Amino acid sequence: MDQATLRFVIQLGIIGLTFFMLINASAALVLAERKIMGFMQQRYGPYLVGPHGILQPLADIVKLLFKEELRPKGADKWLFTLAPIISVTAAFAAFAPVPWGAETTFGGLLDTPVKLGVADVNVAVMVVFAITSMGVYGIVLAGWSSNSKYSLLGGLRSSAQMISYELAYATALASVIMLAGSLSLREVVDAQDGFWFGFIPRWYVFLQPIGFLIYAIAGVAETNRAPFDFPEAEQELVAGYNTEYSSVRFALFPQAEYINMTTMAAVATDLYLGGWHGIPILDRWGLGWLWFLAKVGFILFAYIWIRWTVPRYRYDQLMQFGWKWLFPAAVLNLIATAAFILYFNA
Amino acid sequence: MPDTVLFYVFSAVAVGASLLVIGQRNPMYSIMLLIASFGALSALYIQLDAPFVAMAQIIVYAGAIMVLFLFVVMLLNAPREDAAQWDRTHPLRHPGVTRFGAMLAVLLTVQLVWALLRVTDASAAVGERGDVAELTSVRTVGRVLFTDYMFAFEATSVLILVAMVGAVLLAAREEQR
Repeated sequence: MDQATLRFVIQLGIIGLTFFMLINASAALVLAERKIMGFMQQRYGPYLVGPHGILQPLADIVKLLFKEELRPKGADKWLFTLAPIISVTAAFAAFAPVPWGAETTFGGLLDTPVKLGVADVNVAVMVVFAITSMGVYGIVLAGWSSNSKYSLLGGLRSSAQMISYELAYATALASVIMLAGSLSLREVVDAQDGFWFGFIPRWYVFLQPIGFLIYAIAGVAETNRAPFDFPEAEQELVAGYNTEYSSVRFALFPQAEYINMTTMAAVATDLYLGGWHGIPILDRWGLGWLWFLAKVGFILFAYIWIRWTVPRYRYDQLMQFGWKWLFPAAVLNLIATAAFILYFNA
Repeated sequence: MPDTVLFYVFSAVAVGASLLVIGQRNPMYSIMLLIASFGALSALYIQLDAPFVAMAQIIVYAGAIMVLFLFVVMLLNAPREDAAQWDRTHPLRHPGVTRFGAMLAVLLTVQLVWALLRVTDASAAVGERGDVAELTSVRTVGRVLFTDYMFAFEATSVLILVAMVGAVLLAAREEQR
């Protein structure tokens, strides 16, 4: 096989692997969520399917596939079908510009190194942000097209919440972009290579602790996770925007949510935690992606940890917090970062 | 060649969706079609080597402004416009208003044709007229925005702020009643 063909096949392989990992991330996260929740509540969680219940997601999927697909009589036929598709498509697409490993030649297999990741875009941060903001249409349309009061309220809440937290989220991102001087996620990661004083990794989380906190909070709100899961809010809205959904169409919503969580965690790792950099030996062996996976895994664990620890706020508290605390804090952080850069670079 | 095909596909989507936005009677469908139109437009920006503008288009228009539109339509629960129920005495159906609208449409067409006729080197690809990637990079856009177009930029910001304060004032007055 000549180099060009080999390169093409490897690139296709990388794309396929990313897709495969994302699909399985949602299954693994369902299991992890139920297991961790179980342990936090002093019980085992799912235990019957497979050893220690590790095949539970498989059983869940089979069950969901064989459920009857229902559509309420007054529902809007087109938008009702389109909504879950938009959700899950946006979730998958948002991961495309996220790099997950350093350049590698696969032990000299290729003359020029390939980049681990689906697409290397020079405005990657904006692409992720743009596609994530498209995902909200899935939830809003699901709420509107179901022709149900609970769904409509869920959809309305989702759109209001998204607008409120997107601002703080984008402002936190802007601070990191200014530090790195690039909109490319790969360049942001490479800017964090190395150590301060020989032992503190040059991660932006140490320069941007407030920014990281804002990003994490806004990220939880953007993915509609507890304590910000107002579009669902079981106690008030039955199941919120997805009340009227069943079978596969229903399954697509949680899948989109788990993939969005994974994307959010991967972007946080790239922007604040140095991506695949941090352990020199792994970097040298070209195994940095293992370290990347470990960091993403930890952030996802923290997500689940928060969900089963913190109770849901009231809706007006969510709005107040977003506009009166989070957004001003993000703007102040941005100004402080700009001043810092001006002072040290001038 | 694939570039040309893609250009025509995205242009067709943009124009078709925009026409359907006006043709739709259901406001919800209008919004979705407008988003599709914005998406096709941003694809055209990418073809022009301006990824930053394309992404800004998606984030600002398709992402933020259209969510707001959707929010308002859902909140008001706007009904389907029904042709049979159209009121002939509606202020917008007044002959004076329709004639004024027709005049504006003619004026717009004339402007468009005039502008298109002024483009002399339409055959040359935009990429050949200079380093477009450099011209539309974030750095250049930022620099130009805060130096050459400083006044226009700040004036627009103040204008938006005024509109925002006005909206808050109106909402507050409603509440007092």
